[in-house]
Amino acid sequence: MNARILLLLCLPAAAQAQGFAGLGGAAEGFALPERGRALSFPADHGAHPAFRIEWWYVTANLETPDGTPYGLQWTLFRSALAPRDTRGWDSPQLWLGHAAVTSAETHHYTQRLARGGIGQAGVEPAPFEAWIDDWRMAGPDFDDLTLSASGPEFSYEVTLDAQGPLVRHGEAGFSVKSAEGQASHYYSQPFFTARGTLHLPEGPVEVSGSAWFDHEWSSQPLSDRQTGWDWFSLSFESGAKLMGFQLREAEAAGYSYASWIAPDGALTPYVEAFEAEPLETVDLDGIEVPVRWAVRLPQEGVAVEVEALNAGAWNALSPPYWEGPVTVSGSHVGEGYLEMTGYE
Amino acid sequence: MNRAVLLALLSHWRRAPLQLFTLIAGLALATGLWSGVQAINAEARASYDAAAATLGEGRFARIEAAAGGEIPRARYVALRRAGWQVSPVVQGRLGPLRLVGIDPLTAPGEIAPVSEGADISAFLTGGGQVFGRAEALEMLPEIDAVPVVAPEVAPNTVITDISVALRLLDREGIDALLVDPEQPQGRPALEEVAPGLSLRAPQAGSEVGRLTDSFHLNLTAFGLLCFAVGIFIVHGAVGLAFEQRRPVLRTMRALGVPLGRLVGLMLAEMAALALIAGSLGVGLGWLLASQLLPDVAATLRGLYGAEVAGGLTLRPSWWLSGLGLALAGTGLAAGAALWRIATMPLLAAGGRRAWAMAEARGALWQGAAALALFALATGLALWGEGLVAGFALLGAGLVAAALALPLVLGAVLAGAARLARGALAQWFWADTRQQLPGLSLALMALLLAMAANIGVSTMVGSFRQTFTGFLDQRLAPELYVETADDAEARAIAAFLAPRVRSVLPLASVETEIAGQPAEMNLARPDPTYPENWRFLQSVERPWQRLAAREGALINEQLARRAGLGLGDPLRLGPDTTLPVLGIYGDYGNPVGQVIVTEALFAELHPGIVPRRFGLRLDPDRVPEIRAALEGRGLPPGAITDQAALKRFSLQVFERTFAVTAALNVLTLAVAGFAILMSLLTLAALRLPQLAPVWALGLTRRRLAALEMARAVLLAALTALLALPLGLALAWVLLSVVNVAAFGWRLPMFVFPAAYGWLGLFALLAAAAAALWPAIRLARTPPAVLLGVFASER
Repeated sequence: MNARILLLLCLPAAAQAQGFAGLGGAAEGFALPERGRALSFPADHGAHPAFRIEWWYVTANLETPDGTPYGLQWTLFRSALAPRDTRGWDSPQLWLGHAAVTSAETHHYTQRLARGGIGQAGVEPAPFEAWIDDWRMAGPDFDDLTLSASGPEFSYEVTLDAQGPLVRHGEAGFSVKSAEGQASHYYSQPFFTARGTLHLPEGPVEVSGSAWFDHEWSSQPLSDRQTGWDWFSLSFESGAKLMGFQLREAEAAGYSYASWIAPDGALTPYVEAFEAEPLETVDLDGIEVPVRWAVRLPQEGVAVEVEALNAGAWNALSPPYWEGPVTVSGSHVGEGYLEMTGYE
Repeated sequence: MNRAVLLALLSHWRRAPLQLFTLIAGLALATGLWSGVQAINAEARASYDAAAATLGEGRFARIEAAAGGEIPRARYVALRRAGWQVSPVVQGRLGPLRLVGIDPLTAPGEIAPVSEGADISAFLTGGGQVFGRAEALEMLPEIDAVPVVAPEVAPNTVITDISVALRLLDREGIDALLVDPEQPQGRPALEEVAPGLSLRAPQAGSEVGRLTDSFHLNLTAFGLLCFAVGIFIVHGAVGLAFEQRRPVLRTMRALGVPLGRLVGLMLAEMAALALIAGSLGVGLGWLLASQLLPDVAATLRGLYGAEVAGGLTLRPSWWLSGLGLALAGTGLAAGAALWRIATMPLLAAGGRRAWAMAEARGALWQGAAALALFALATGLALWGEGLVAGFALLGAGLVAAALALPLVLGAVLAGAARLARGALAQWFWADTRQQLPGLSLALMALLLAMAANIGVSTMVGSFRQTFTGFLDQRLAPELYVETADDAEARAIAAFLAPRVRSVLPLASVETEIAGQPAEMNLARPDPTYPENWRFLQSVERPWQRLAAREGALINEQLARRAGLGLGDPLRLGPDTTLPVLGIYGDYGNPVGQVIVTEALFAELHPGIVPRRFGLRLDPDRVPEIRAALEGRGLPPGAITDQAALKRFSLQVFERTFAVTAALNVLTLAVAGFAILMSLLTLAALRLPQLAPVWALGLTRRRLAALEMARAVLLAALTALLALPLGLALAWVLLSVVNVAAFGWRLPMFVFPAAYGWLGLFALLAAAAAALWPAIRLARTPPAVLLGVFASER
């Protein structure tokens, strides 16, 4: 699962009481994910306002012509205060955008907030357009997109070209998140190539590389005992990809899941087989965050070490979390993105 | 030893409880008046700040429709989608309240103090939430939004989500967009995205704050005057107490108490007294402020449209500064006396002659200081400019007059003594002169209080006289009509045209003229204007030339602030520059104003349709036309007749001056109290001087009558001196302070009858103050008078 933030921007107390950012809260009146519901495109690229939370998430591992690595994040969250979608100022749909650019030394990030119903933010499935203010992810179809965001310190514009199919996690896109059955609908496009320009305080930088897109929606993706998660999206030089997460619990072992994605897009799900173990932590303003991990998926012979490109990739937004590019070494070599939430 | 010394020192107060009372009452009054005024000012300023914070006027640039009116929602979204970080605001009236709608998701910084207790979900969904002070929420009409008490919200204001505000106001558009100081890179220019909108830089200090500054400065000046009067009293009481304690001090020094310890203990004693009196004073100030605040709030609302809370908040800064002031005032009053004790030779004791010699030296210094201050005041009157200089002129003049008073009185009494025939008369004048030093502080207080009273009542009277005349010119139309929207405005104008003598459209746009904020008004060519308006200065036939678009009219405020005269060019629009045709008096209006003819106004502001109208008609037909308008669906509140408007305008000014009048009466009362206390303390000291006169055959009744006559005589002389001083004060207020504060100069009128009554009142106050000591003297047992001879030194 991907990002996962959420939203209850202004409810830090609730966030502490009920899982990360209120994601463990009850879901009165909202639709619930259904096992066996087939995803259909392009309609499912759009918003699902009957569900409480939803996100469209792009992370990219990029580099300049001389090989300097950069990471890029573009995220649009939707959080519904009520399960309806009306036009006008009184729409209960709230939107939140996060964008970041990370290098080995710097980490720039910013956010946007908007209400639905007035056209300030939204997602249309075809032709695809997801936007908040001047930030956009849009294109004639889902294989050919332009991605842009801007903030006081930086902006970027990147084109994305799909080189493979969409992949559906879990049971054909039904992704279970706990032993009690919390779940979401979840698919990805991990095969984008990316090319574009980052406008940074030191000047414009031409970059190219690969990008990973996630789209997930749900009404209560966490059990109320789960306190946070560690989520990995890794691309290996072999062309295979691995998406794995573990949901941490205060008193117990937690729950894990992994998708092994072959170079042709064939996906193999693994429940409670993925292992991730912190090897080293850093102190970020009093919060201990792991930045080097041992990651294993024995069934696919994966035993790698995952290390942050920049240990300080902390998004001090609402809510705060760690999100940044990583390098992979060991049984497989590659790169990817790491997201960690719920560290306090 | 400390204990013994302290007991010896304090025993004085047990023997002179009246002195203790004078000291504490004087200090408490001084602190109370000053801190009461400060409390009012602080409350008003807090209200302005809260109001400004609600809409972020002071901190954020704003985008508004260039032609006035609303910004459509689509325009706002277009700006956001172009990267502009702007946040919408709407405001309107909800019954007696100002309703402000914000978007918490995009609002920059903390524009709205709704952070505490805010639940974003409840704020944005269902009926929504309305934040406001408890008093404001009580006035809320029946709505489905949930009220939430938030003391940080500006008074008479409620804040809610923009969706709720638009629903309650039954509107669709946005009034303004606040611009976040942090903007993303690479956004297009405003004109490209949203033509027709204009960007305004954040205003330094809230607009209301600037407009009301002069009002608060006035109050502060009154507060300072009151404090000065109070300190005079304290100075007198402390000086007397120290003087009387000299024998005690001499004895203690002779017994071996070190000087340092003695002075230290006396300082501690004074500090303790100051703290007690200061606490009383702060309580008194609190009472005073809570009595006056509703009037001040009404004045500020009527005059400037500024909302001020009717209730007081207890601010630590306020009562701490009150106590600090009491300490500083006591230090000021006791400093000289303590210094004398510290430097006095060990046994130079309580010799009265030494004290008298010190007095004589003091008189020289006093005269020199009065002369210097007079020179300063003259300089300020000739060359000073601005509000601060005006108040400095006031202060220097008043203090100089106060310092000169004993010298002038002394000279007058000396002259009278030379003219006196007969032993009794000579004794009377000589004795009066001898009493002068003891009474002079109280008389100074009386002088200041009377002068302030004459000055302020002259200003108020002049203001009222000018203003009623001005209202008669200005409010010529018999009926005023206000419509709700453009369509209704057109329909009503068409309906009225055949039914009344003339329909005068009224509209006003906020703009900037010659670098000054100003409002632009329109005038339709109509005989009403030339028949009624008087100009301070104008060209020939100004109204005809105005109608021919040959120029514009400006008010006195704008002319003074921008330094404009007749014929000077005014830039009214991008390609319109016209000369000034006339300057008119515009009393009561703090902002600059320019009037152009109707056709030109329509060209400069095409988006604005006048929604208010003045109607000229036979006064007898007012009820008939009113009924016809109400029949067409206009609410009664939208139709105002001239008489009611005049009444309201006058009320605003009555309230403004009700506050100053109340302070005036208080100062005069304090001065009366000072005389009473001085006479009472002197009474005991004077027995040795009165006893020989009694022994020579003058009855006690006669002596008492002479004592009364003396007090009234001194008060009368002081009152005579206060008259020219008060008139000078009025001149400074009208011609210097008023021009600097409000931008208009008022003609000065004199009110001899009022001054006569005031003089009489002062004499009565003095007589009343002298009555008790005189009665005590009349009832002094002969044995006591005889005792004077027995214990003579």
